[in-house]
Amino acid sequence: MKTWAICLNTFRETVRDKVFILLVVFALIMIIASRIFGFLSIGQELKIVEDVGLASISVFSLLVAVFVGTTLVHKEIDKRTVYTIVSKPIHRYQFVIGKYAGLNLTILVNMVVMGLFFYLLVRLMHGTWSSGFDMAIALIYVEVMVVTGLALLFSTFASPTLSAIFTFLVYIAGHLSNDMMFFGARSQNIFVNIITTGLYYILPNLSRFNVKNEVVHGLPIPPNFYVYSILYGLLYCIMLVIVSSFIFERKNLK
Amino acid sequence: MGYAIEIVGLKKTYRSGVRRRSVTALNGLDLCVNRNEIFGFLGPNGAGKTTTLKILLGLLFPTAGSARVLGKPVGDLSVKAKVGFLPENPYFYEYLTCRELLDFYCRLFSIQKSERGKRIDRLLARVSLDHVANRQVRKLSHGMLQRLGIAQSLINDPEVLFLDEPMAGLDPVGRRTIREMIHELKAEGKTIFFSSHILQDAELLCDHVGILREGRLVNTGTLQEMLTPKLASYEAVVTDIPEDAIEELSHIATKLEKREERFHLLINGTENLRRMERIVAQSGGLMDSLSKTRGTLEDHFIEFINPQPGEAVNK
Ligand SMILES: Nc1ncnc2c1ncn2[C@@H]1O[C@H](COP(=O)(O)OP(=O)(O)OP(=O)(O)O)[C@@H](O)[C@H]1O
Ligand SMILES: [Mg+2]
Repeated sequence: MKTWAICLNTFRETVRDKVFILLVVFALIMIIASRIFGFLSIGQELKIVEDVGLASISVFSLLVAVFVGTTLVHKEIDKRTVYTIVSKPIHRYQFVIGKYAGLNLTILVNMVVMGLFFYLLVRLMHGTWSSGFDMAIALIYVEVMVVTGLALLFSTFASPTLSAIFTFLVYIAGHLSNDMMFFGARSQNIFVNIITTGLYYILPNLSRFNVKNEVVHGLPIPPNFYVYSILYGLLYCIMLVIVSSFIFERKNLK
Repeated sequence: MGYAIEIVGLKKTYRSGVRRRSVTALNGLDLCVNRNEIFGFLGPNGAGKTTTLKILLGLLFPTAGSARVLGKPVGDLSVKAKVGFLPENPYFYEYLTCRELLDFYCRLFSIQKSERGKRIDRLLARVSLDHVANRQVRKLSHGMLQRLGIAQSLINDPEVLFLDEPMAGLDPVGRRTIREMIHELKAEGKTIFFSSHILQDAELLCDHVGILREGRLVNTGTLQEMLTPKLASYEAVVTDIPEDAIEELSHIATKLEKREERFHLLINGTENLRRMERIVAQSGGLMDSLSKTRGTLEDHFIEFINPQPGEAVNK
């Protein structure tokens, strides 16, 4: 109940921070995209709109994850609101989990609304909505949860700006981790190999959550892939929250 | 029953900045506070009062030493359930209304919904914020914020109350209200530990005071003990004194002032008092009044926080 109270309050706070303005921007981009590509009418407009739609859902959610996620805990310390919370009978990890869950709730609501809008647009353009879209959006959500977790983790010890930079770098590296492993395996240098293998296991393998192309182009994806990706993502999130809590538990709240 | 608060050898060093320059805020603080008393924690700016309170509330971790509240180590959830805390210049979620904010804090104590409404109404009335119950925190004045802070510190009906400068930013009426409230809380059996530099408030409130300087307790005791001056001092008003006698008196008095044909004198010590009486009698003057003055806490405070001559100042 205590964690829930913090979660709900964080949700409320992010809503007041006008995160949902992004929804309007999203809607505008989608409408403009469908108009522009509608004119071109080369028979590919639907695919382009689907591409743009999934990419926008992903980018907007990631933006919220990074920019709100990195200030989540920092703001509480900076504005000194944390003093009257941590001095109440709650564990610090409950605070961390509550903040994390609250932001994820906001992103979820945000994403559901974007998804619905996307769905309507696809149907209006006489496209078929395959279950692949649902799965693609679900995977984007899991990816965003991981990124929120990264932002949270960095913000427990670094400033919001630094945290945002770190999160962004890890995000890029996370998308390249397959390639990196490949590169490491091919290099003759044992040290390079060890480092790339190490990074492969430490960094989140974010390419696992990107099935946008496959879905738009109707390529088959084994159901197992979804299950393992989601499990992997959730485990990674849990790990990030545990490490964040561990750091926050020991932090001096000056 | 044991002490409400027990602090042993508490040290705290802040490290900050890129160069990790360290600042010693507390340097071996020892302090005990009895249950059901009002303890005034006094000291100049930067003495370490806020640091001590933050350690007692589990916000900061001490560099060395230990602190116990209600017999248990600080940070213990069962202890946190029984304490209240008003931070220095409190700040709250500004987008919530007073009522919503207090409801949020109630939830952190797992207080049942049926109980929450009643409790919040009672508290808002107690700190005279009932008329702004549904106003957003961002629209409150500084003094209102302070009152809201006090309301939230009482939300769990705490046994021990930690107040960091509870009177700061309050108008005289507000200060009186808080003072009365603190007395009531004591009557309810609570322990109140507050920091302040408003000595007058401390003087009106405290059972015990502790004076902190540079992270160490330089004096502690009951007000009675502190206010009993080491050297009795007297205030006298005399009239009809010839010039030469005035000259003589000015050597004895620590202060001599002429007000409307009368002379006001401040005399330190019985020795000087006798001499003064002799001079006045011999010169044919008249003593209008004589009274013994009580040192104020302020005198005491200033005496203690100023480094004594010859004392090494640790820098
Ligand atoms: N976050 C911090 N980082 C570095 N030094 C700090 C920090 N907070 C406090 N200090 C230093 O610790 C010392 C004690 O500060 P503290 O806030 O406890 O004093 P205080 O007695 O509450 O003062 P005031 O009466 O002004 O509120 C000061 O020298 C201060 O500069
Ligand atoms: Mg202070």
